[in-house]
Amino acid sequence: MREYPAFIRDVPATRPPVPLARPVARGERPDAARPQSVPGEPGLWVLLLGDMTVFTLFFGAFLLGRAEHPGRFAASREHLTVALGALNTIVLLTSSLCVALAVRAHRDLRPRTAARLIDGAEFSALVFVALKAVEWGGLLHDDLTPSTGAFFMFYFVITGVHLLHVIIGTGGLLVMRRTVLRPAGEGHARLIVESAASYWHMVDLLWIVIFPLLYFAAT
Amino acid sequence: MTKLRDTRRLVLVWTALVAATVLSWILGTSHGASTDAVQLGTTLALGVAFIKVRYVGLEFMELRAAHPALRWVFEGWIIAAGSALIVLYLTG
Repeated sequence: MREYPAFIRDVPATRPPVPLARPVARGERPDAARPQSVPGEPGLWVLLLGDMTVFTLFFGAFLLGRAEHPGRFAASREHLTVALGALNTIVLLTSSLCVALAVRAHRDLRPRTAARLIDGAEFSALVFVALKAVEWGGLLHDDLTPSTGAFFMFYFVITGVHLLHVIIGTGGLLVMRRTVLRPAGEGHARLIVESAASYWHMVDLLWIVIFPLLYFAAT
Repeated sequence: MTKLRDTRRLVLVWTALVAATVLSWILGTSHGASTDAVQLGTTLALGVAFIKVRYVGLEFMELRAAHPALRWVFEGWIIAAGSALIVLYLTG
């Protein structure tokens, strides 16, 4: 059996068996009927909500910075391409849909469909990174760097830390893809699939807030 | 079929989220408008963003079916973060 980190490996051993919410239907994974107390690994939610809170503090600091230099923030924001930010929002929403559908396909014992949907999400992630590279490249080409001023410092830190989350999430999706292709019942598939999916949805929802904040609220 | 309905529901949620993104795009880029109109547009765009976050949580992350405590912590975060950012924006 493959070695997973202790927090994944030990959970089923310490968790009492959960009664089924309804009988398992034909063509479903045995664990599909279990009542869903928490999607994925419960401890992961501490990380997700903690991450979301740290980002909220970043967002608050950005708005405090704007209150100090309203003119400079408004002028700096003119250098951003709103279309790229909006397009990236749609790209991440699409990847999130693929991941949500993949979780359902996995439960319905359709591993190939699940894997294809995860491929779709991975492709969307690549498009997101490519669009980000275009935007960063354009700004850096115009000599707009984190040291240009407070606005660009916030812009590069917030989008940079978010990009790091995109990369971690993409790694999670690769693990998820391997997991859905394994024979049913092996390992702790439900935990891994739902954890990777929840992390990816968090990456999406953070960008949903970053988009109007950086691209509009600076004005 | 339940499965088909589930898929259709997710696709419908995605369509609404994309439509809301386009709406924010229009709200946020009301160039040539008065300062008040720009401020209103941006406030609405921030509000729409947090409503979108709620649906990503409830539908995609399956928090609608999750333990109520987790759902309420999530919804609490949306209300706290959303209102704090909108107040900071309007008073800034």
